[in-house]
Amino acid sequence: MRKIWLIIKREYLVRVRKKSFIIMTIVGPLLMAALLIVPTYLAYENQEIRTIAIEEDGFEFSNQLEDTEFLNFSKIPSEEASFLKTNFEESAYYALLYIEKENFTLYSNQQISLSVSNDIENKLEQIIEHQKLKAAGIDLTILAEAESTVKIATKIISEDGNTSNSKAEASMGIGFICGILIYMFIFMYGTMVMRGVIEEKTSRIVEVIVSSVKPFQLMMGKILGVALVGLTQFVLWILLTFVIATIAEFAFIDASSMTTELNPEQQSIILSEISNLTGGMNLLQIFISFIFYFLAGYLMYSALFAAVGSAVDAEADTQQFVLPITIPLLLSFILIQPIMENPDGPLAFWMSIIPFTSPVIMMVRLPFGVANWELALSIGILISSFVLTTWLAGKIYRTGILMYGKKASYKELWKWLTYKE
Amino acid sequence: MQENLLIVKDVVKQYGDYLALNKVNISVPKGSIYGLLGPNGAGKTTLMRIINQITAPDSGSLLFDGVPLTKHHIAEIGYLPEERGLYKKMKVGEQALYLAQLKGMSYAEALEKLKFWFEKLDILAWWNKKVEELSKGMAQKIQFVVTVIHEPKLLIFDEPFSGFDPINAAIIRQEILELSEKGTTIIFSTHRMESVEEICSHIALISKSQTILEGPIEEIKKQFTNNTYEVITANKELKENDCFTIINKQKNTFQILLKEGKTQQDILRNIIKDIEIISFKKETPSMEEIFIKAVSNA
Repeated sequence: MRKIWLIIKREYLVRVRKKSFIIMTIVGPLLMAALLIVPTYLAYENQEIRTIAIEEDGFEFSNQLEDTEFLNFSKIPSEEASFLKTNFEESAYYALLYIEKENFTLYSNQQISLSVSNDIENKLEQIIEHQKLKAAGIDLTILAEAESTVKIATKIISEDGNTSNSKAEASMGIGFICGILIYMFIFMYGTMVMRGVIEEKTSRIVEVIVSSVKPFQLMMGKILGVALVGLTQFVLWILLTFVIATIAEFAFIDASSMTTELNPEQQSIILSEISNLTGGMNLLQIFISFIFYFLAGYLMYSALFAAVGSAVDAEADTQQFVLPITIPLLLSFILIQPIMENPDGPLAFWMSIIPFTSPVIMMVRLPFGVANWELALSIGILISSFVLTTWLAGKIYRTGILMYGKKASYKELWKWLTYKE
Repeated sequence: MQENLLIVKDVVKQYGDYLALNKVNISVPKGSIYGLLGPNGAGKTTLMRIINQITAPDSGSLLFDGVPLTKHHIAEIGYLPEERGLYKKMKVGEQALYLAQLKGMSYAEALEKLKFWFEKLDILAWWNKKVEELSKGMAQKIQFVVTVIHEPKLLIFDEPFSGFDPINAAIIRQEILELSEKGTTIIFSTHRMESVEEICSHIALISKSQTILEGPIEEIKKQFTNNTYEVITANKELKENDCFTIINKQKNTFQILLKEGKTQQDILRNIIKDIEIISFKKETPSMEEIFIKAVSNA
């Protein structure tokens, strides 16, 4: 046990101290934070106040176009307008709105932003609509009172008869994120294990080490050490993303400008919405399952990756063996979308039972609600396949690591499996 | 009778259709330097891996110091494999500590012993260097140190001198002899027969998965001695008589074979009367000759 612990410690420390790990740990959350922050930031930053010049015979529209938060309107005489058309750069105007009866043209020296032209279009449409309604003798105040909004609450009735709120969008979001994370984790750290095995083989240290520890101990030590590296990175990412996002929010976005837009009534609606979103899901179950599938999926695949690493002399030779391992992984990745649309179909069921796809697919299904027996079956099968693949991989590994300069074939691997210890 | 530290008895190891070891027997006496010889592919590496418990034999038994070999003996054995290396990206000191601890030493003990050996071999300055910055010979010295660091009873060296320049090879040979004097038993595998003759006290010759020769080096030499002598005369022809026949002659150097029933004294008495002799020497075969002869006869 002490020796396995020594191996885990080495595998962990060597990787955590690497520059690439430190860079990834810092850059990862920055990217994630950027994904969260930049759109909001840009949305606020872009809203500078723009002044639109209006050229119109008469005042039919220009009187009714009211200034908004980000758009000012100012009517100018036609002489100035024709001068403006050739000298936009020196003027303070963003664009010139030319109105001739009900034909509207917007001139500018730059590409006019879609939101500006949409805003103006909406305003003009409204003006014209109101004019038509008035002409038809309809009272606008009655129209305003008649306006109403409807919200449908969807509820799930569970086996014990309790009802809870359901929200497909939130389920999809959580399932998608969990599935993708597990997929990424297995891929990144599985190949990291494989590279580690190849490194030991090509540097010829492996025979020195297996004279002190069993090959299986070395393999498990490496797999567990790398698992800890992955968990460390994952936890650091979450923490750092949170910290960076909080700092960025304070730095870039004026907090007061956000709160003023929401009146207390709206705020309480949003809060109850949020609690409704997750209400239908067993968050604890999802969290525990996530950790389980995260680890068990990784352990199963990384044992296979270790076996591949032991069978080759260089990373370039791994292709033929890696492909059959990555196909089920890629397949589960591709199937995330269709399974989210039909989380209870036969495809979803079988994919969440078969151990090679279950870590990703079961996590996609879980937020939609999965029967307990299905979950138990999936977990049981995954655990036994993990034990089985590790055992098989161990057999290939202990022969493979001591074979130098031999190009292994599938036939060769089969022979290694049948060797006695 | 000398006590044996390691006894390998009837060990068989099969890889698929290939029989790597076929009832191999060796007995390694305590304190000996035991040469494990044999052509490429004879099964030496497999045997060494079995002694190190890297692989297990299909049948047969191994006794270490009188008791069956178990996992506990790992700390009593040091192994320098032919295919050896180090983690390239790791620092020398850290790596040596890791490997020493894997052998079962405590951190403090490993640190103390390593400092001693690094100082002895004058490599302490490399402690914080990465292995990839070192030359091949430097790395070999570190591998030697981590092989002997836990002061095992049995040391197994597979081609220990390959990769060393003559000066460093001499240093390592000196260290091996010192360890032997302190009582460590050493198994030593090499293709360089002159180094076998220099340092080995016992040998075993393995060919085609079987032990074909084993014992103290003098006895084996005696076994391969046939009664030939080399006689150098002062410019006079040597004539065959009823004591010997001439096998080979080159100028004044004659190789002669003693006839059945005659002794060395008979030859001398016979030729000394009328021939002036410059040199008279009983021929002993070199290890290289024994090796070739035994392997081709087996």
